[in-house]
Amino acid sequence: MRQTAEGSLRARLRSVWNDTFLYTLLSILIGLLAGSVILLVTGFNPIEAYGTLFGGVLGTGKTRMYAVQYAAPIIFTGLSVTFAFKTGLFNIGAEGQYIMGGLAALVVSVLMPLPAGLHGAVAVLAGGLAGAVWGAVAGLLKAYKGIHEVIVTIMLNWIAFYFSNFIVMTPMFKKPNSTASVEVSETARIYTDAFKEHFGSVHIHWGMLLAPVAVAFCWVILNKTTLGFRLRAVGFNRNAAEYGGINVGRSISLSMGISGMLAGLGGAVQVLGVVGRITQLAAQEGYGFDGISVSMIGGINPIGALFAGLFYGGMKYGGSKLNIIGAPSELVNVIIGVIIYSIAIMGAFRALVFFFRAKKEGRPL
Amino acid sequence: MKFKKILAVLMTAGLLLTSFAACGGGASNSSGEGEGEASTEAEAEAEVAETISVGLVTDVGGVNDQSFNQSAWEGLQRFRADTGSKVSYIESKDESGYAPNIETFIDQGTNLIWGVGFMLGDAFAQAGLDNPDQQFALVDYAYAPEDIPNKNVTGVVFATEECSFLVGYVAGKMSETGKVGHINGIASSTMETFAVGYYAGVLTANPDVQIMGQYSNSFSDPAAGKNIANQYYADGVDIIFSAAGATGNGAIEAAKEQGKWAIGVDMDQNYIAPDNVLTSALKRVDNALYDVSTKMLNGTFEGGGTEMYNLKNDGVGYATTGDHIPADILAEVEAVKNDIIAGNLKVPATAAELEAQFPGKYDMPPVEEQ
Repeated sequence: MRQTAEGSLRARLRSVWNDTFLYTLLSILIGLLAGSVILLVTGFNPIEAYGTLFGGVLGTGKTRMYAVQYAAPIIFTGLSVTFAFKTGLFNIGAEGQYIMGGLAALVVSVLMPLPAGLHGAVAVLAGGLAGAVWGAVAGLLKAYKGIHEVIVTIMLNWIAFYFSNFIVMTPMFKKPNSTASVEVSETARIYTDAFKEHFGSVHIHWGMLLAPVAVAFCWVILNKTTLGFRLRAVGFNRNAAEYGGINVGRSISLSMGISGMLAGLGGAVQVLGVVGRITQLAAQEGYGFDGISVSMIGGINPIGALFAGLFYGGMKYGGSKLNIIGAPSELVNVIIGVIIYSIAIMGAFRALVFFFRAKKEGRPL
Repeated sequence: MKFKKILAVLMTAGLLLTSFAACGGGASNSSGEGEGEASTEAEAEAEVAETISVGLVTDVGGVNDQSFNQSAWEGLQRFRADTGSKVSYIESKDESGYAPNIETFIDQGTNLIWGVGFMLGDAFAQAGLDNPDQQFALVDYAYAPEDIPNKNVTGVVFATEECSFLVGYVAGKMSETGKVGHINGIASSTMETFAVGYYAGVLTANPDVQIMGQYSNSFSDPAAGKNIANQYYADGVDIIFSAAGATGNGAIEAAKEQGKWAIGVDMDQNYIAPDNVLTSALKRVDNALYDVSTKMLNGTFEGGGTEMYNLKNDGVGYATTGDHIPADILAEVEAVKNDIIAGNLKVPATAAELEAQFPGKYDMPPVEEQ
C-alpha cells in the first residue's frame, strides 16, 4: 500500500489528462487566469470584473435567460461543426450556412402566407433546408471532385454573405429608408411574450427548446444508427470504409448536408425568434466561427456542445457588461482564445506522452 | 477509481483557490484606490448638489468607430468632466445585442439611456413602451408621436443639409476645373439631405459648376468609394464630397493618391489625409448628447419630442483643419453661415425644394417614399 502512494498520485494526475471533462475545466481556469492577468496589466480589478461578468449573467432569472438567448444560435453552429468533425470533415462554413438559414426563414416568412404556428415551423424548416443545401454543395464538391471542404466552405461563406446583403436590399425585402429588411411577418414569429413578467424583454423562443432536441438528434445519429456508423467510418479511414462497402461520396455529402442543416436552423431561429429582420452587414457576424470555438470547448461532442454553447453564450452576454466598469468587452474573446489554445495544447501534450511511452516500452505506434 | 476523480477535482479546486488568492492580493490594493476615488467623487457630488447617470448603447460600430459612436461617447465624457455625473457605455456586437444592452442600463437604474444610429430605432421604441418611467434618447431618429405613447423616447436629428451646404459652397468657390463630385451612401430621405444641401451650396457659390453625384449603396465599402472617386477625377472633377461612412474613406484615399481634394463627413476627417481633405461637414453628435444630458441634469428636459440640431445651436458645422480654405472664401462662408442662422437664407432639405430653386440641376436618383 505504502509504496504505491507516489505512483497513485501520478496516476491521479494522469487521470486529469485523460479525462476530457477535467482538462476542459482546467483550460477554462487557465483562460480566466490569463484574463485576470490582462485585467491587472490594463489596470482593472479582476475580482470586480469577473464579479460584473458572472454576476451580470447569473444574477437574476432574466439575465440567465438572456444568456440562453445568446447561447441558442451558437449551440446550433457548435453542433454543426461537431457533427462534421465527428465524420472527419472540417466545416468552416457554418457561418455561410447560418446566413442562408436565416435568409430562407425570412423569405418564407415574408412571401408565403400561412397560419400562425404552422408558418413559423415551415420557416424554420426552410432555414434548415437552405443550410443543408449550402453544406451539401461543399460535401458534393469534396466527394466527387476532391476539392477540400475547408476551401469550399470559406468561399461559400462569402457567397452567402453577399447574397444575403443583395437580397435584403432588393425592393421586395428592403424596408424603405433603412439598411435592413422588412420585419418577419407576425405569423412566422417563434417567440412568446408570455413570460414578460418574469424575464422582461428576453425573447423566449422555440429555438431554445429545439437546441437540446438537435443535440439529442446528433448524438443518436452518430452513436446509435448504422448511418452514423457509416459516416464515422468514412471519417476514420476513407479507403477502409470504401473497402467495407460504404458509399463514401454519399456519406460525405450527407454529412455536410446534416452539418449545414444544423447551422441553418441556428440562423432561422435567431432571425425568427430574436432579431426579427436581417440587416445589410458590413462584416460577417461570426456565429459560425463561434460554433468552432463551442465545438472545441465542448470536446467535439454533441452533449459537450450544449454546455459549451451555454458557457460561451453566457460569456458573450456577460462580456457586454464589462463595458460598464470601463473594461473592454473584447476580454471575453481573449479568454475564449486562451481556453481553446489550452485545450489544443493539452491534446498535443497527451499525444506526446503517448508517443514517448510507446517508444519507451518498445511498442509500435 | 472514484477516489482518484474526487482527488483530481480537489486538486483543481486547490489551483482555483490559489489563483484567486493571487488575484486577491492585487485586488485589495486597487480596491483601496477605488475607495479613495469614491470618497473624492462623493465630495464632488456634494458640491454639485446632484448628478445623474447616463448610459450609451452604441450600434455595431463601437466607441472607437471614428464616427458618430465615438463622437457620442466624447460628448458624454465631456459631460462627465463638467458635471461629475456617472456615464458609461455598452457596445453592441450585433443586432441581437440592442435589447439586452438597453435592459442592462435599465437594471442599473440609469437616468437617461442614449442610443446611437437609426438601426436602434425599433429597439428603443419597444423599450419605451415596456418601461414607461425610463427616459431614452436616440441619435438620428425622428419618432412619430404615436410610436411613443409614453413620451419617454426623444429623437435627436441633425440639419445635415446646412453643413453640406457650407462645404458645397466651399467646393463651388474653390473648384478650378468647374466640376465637383458627390458620393452618397444608401439612398434614404436622411441621406438625401446631404446631397441636396451640397448641390445647393455648390450652385449658390457658382451656378456654372457641374456636379456629378451618385449613391454607392453602401456605408462600408471603401473599395467602391475609391472606384467612384477615381472615375470622377478622371472626368475632370477636382473636389469630391463623400457622405457614405467608411465608403468615403476610399474616396479620400483616391484624393491622396491623385493629389486632388476630398471633403470629409460627420467628424473632422482631415487626419486621414492632411494635405487633401479640404474641409469636413461636421455632425456634432457630441454637442447633442452633451446638451440633452445637461437639460436632463437641470430638470429642463421634456421627453418624447424630436430635438433638432443645426448651425444655430452648434449641432452641425464645417472644419477648417489644415487651413486649406483661403481667407477671402472663408470670410464668405462665414457670412453665408450667419445668413442661414439668421434665417435669411433657406437651405433646401428635399429634392423637390432644390428643384424649385435650381431647376434641372439635381441628377441623383429619387428616394422611395416610406
